[in-house]
Amino acid sequence: MKKADLSVQVGKLKFRNPVLLASGTVGYGNEMSEFIDLNSIGGIVTKSLSLKPRKGNPPQRIVETPAGMLNAIGLQNVGVEEFIKEKIPFLKKFNVPLICNIAASTYEEYVECTKILTREDAITAFEINVSCPNVKEGGLQFGNDVKAVGKITAGVKAVTNKPIIIKLSPNVSYISHFAKVVKEEGGDAVSAINTLVGTAFNIITRKPKIHNVNGGLSGPAIKPIALAKVLEIKQSVDIPIIGIGGIMNWQDVIEFMIAGSSAIQLGTVNFIDPYAAVTIIKGLEDFCMKQGIEKISELTGSYII
Amino acid sequence: MFITKAPVEKVIELKNHIFILKIFAPEIASIIKPGEFLNVKVCDSNFPLLRRPFSVCDVEGDFIFLMFNIFGEGTKILANKHKGDLIDLLGPLGKGFNIEGDYDTAILVAGGLGVAPFPYFIRKIGNSKKIHSFIGGKTDKDIITYRMKNITISTDDGSLGIKGNVVELLEQNIEKLKSERIKIFACGPNAMLRKLRELCIRHNLNCEASIECAMACGFGICQGCPIESVNYPDKYLLVCKNGPVFNIRDVVI
Repeated sequence: MKKADLSVQVGKLKFRNPVLLASGTVGYGNEMSEFIDLNSIGGIVTKSLSLKPRKGNPPQRIVETPAGMLNAIGLQNVGVEEFIKEKIPFLKKFNVPLICNIAASTYEEYVECTKILTREDAITAFEINVSCPNVKEGGLQFGNDVKAVGKITAGVKAVTNKPIIIKLSPNVSYISHFAKVVKEEGGDAVSAINTLVGTAFNIITRKPKIHNVNGGLSGPAIKPIALAKVLEIKQSVDIPIIGIGGIMNWQDVIEFMIAGSSAIQLGTVNFIDPYAAVTIIKGLEDFCMKQGIEKISELTGSYII
Repeated sequence: MFITKAPVEKVIELKNHIFILKIFAPEIASIIKPGEFLNVKVCDSNFPLLRRPFSVCDVEGDFIFLMFNIFGEGTKILANKHKGDLIDLLGPLGKGFNIEGDYDTAILVAGGLGVAPFPYFIRKIGNSKKIHSFIGGKTDKDIITYRMKNITISTDDGSLGIKGNVVELLEQNIEKLKSERIKIFACGPNAMLRKLRELCIRHNLNCEASIECAMACGFGICQGCPIESVNYPDKYLLVCKNGPVFNIRDVVI
């Protein structure tokens, strides 16, 4: 039987399969490459970068919750300069689309980071993180403000020819309003969702379990919410969607594609099973064969409601 | 580092809620070093979701031993494993103890379950160095002496050994111990390690400490286990990758 075509298109971006590794769960590729052949996956989204290095939040940064985890890493990263000098040479060795995630504290910083990084041929596209819940300034603040998201989209588009994906926050009433402004300002795609704001307390000390008090909830606990957000965007805005949120196996990927995703990102599962991407891609292949699906992209938005 | 599903050989209850898991894992047994750890998925379901890190406690031929106490859902599941159950291990991970070196006596300092990495340490060191173990706990119920050697005990309530904490116990003996070339190896709660660090600075002692920390992945991608570095104050080290064993003076505990 003929092998199914797993390749997908997200706007101008072409991936060999719909399985990308989410920002903050793949570092800069080196640790993951010890487990899997990075050339076999759809793409890599690197850890959020800011203009200057960020130390990140003090411990405790993570706590496990039922079927999920809270994290407040605080965008610890090496900064743009070291990324170019130290990390890109390693990532260049692979034949895998590299999506560079940018998280900034100000509008100007988003634009400046994009301007510098767009000169790097190794970078295929940018994912703009307007929705990190764990830093005091910027992040969530931008993600909650439709006008700010529009302004950032237009600002970064103006300084690069590379595709721009805006990573949306689920901590809003109508995520589709944000997707709409991204499209209006020329954004190429959206990724949804980032983590949900959550917290947890120690019942003896009565203190939050996370130093930052709040963290971002991820893992299978958030999957139904993520699916609903993807569906909401799909039903109201004509923009490619990269689905994210608690994907643990190939069945979850199919579900996200049916709800409207053109591609997906694996996040928390990488911490538990660094081989997950490879297992999932194999599962998708087998599913398509069994179901007689010639092109997996047929599944995108194929829901029957 | 790799993932392997290894069969449980035996679950041994040492004392109240403290267990040893004996696992047939020849690939890991042949390469893991004292102080290194494994990140263990206790079951296939999403609850509990994350792996749990455990120092290797001992290695005997093709078998590895992990020590744990019942703390939450994950360890409860581990305690109920039976012979033949497969257990999902990711490892070996981290940087272990530096056993080699210019000293004659290894001083082991352990608080509670902090004895966990030392049986393997003692096995590896063999007869090449002398060993003196200082073990502390809140009460006699917390004192674990499994496969330890040349032991002196302290308890906070005086129910076993000398009354007081294990660092005070060490300090009482330090002048005598310092007559030899010693190196300290420690594992235990942060409060203990903090006091030990001060002692080591005061007496100019060489000490490696294994530090416990919540983590998700165990191999450097989640960045969930930061520890403040003395030498590089503008960035954190990661317990999982740069440790879990550190020179006690290099980190802020």
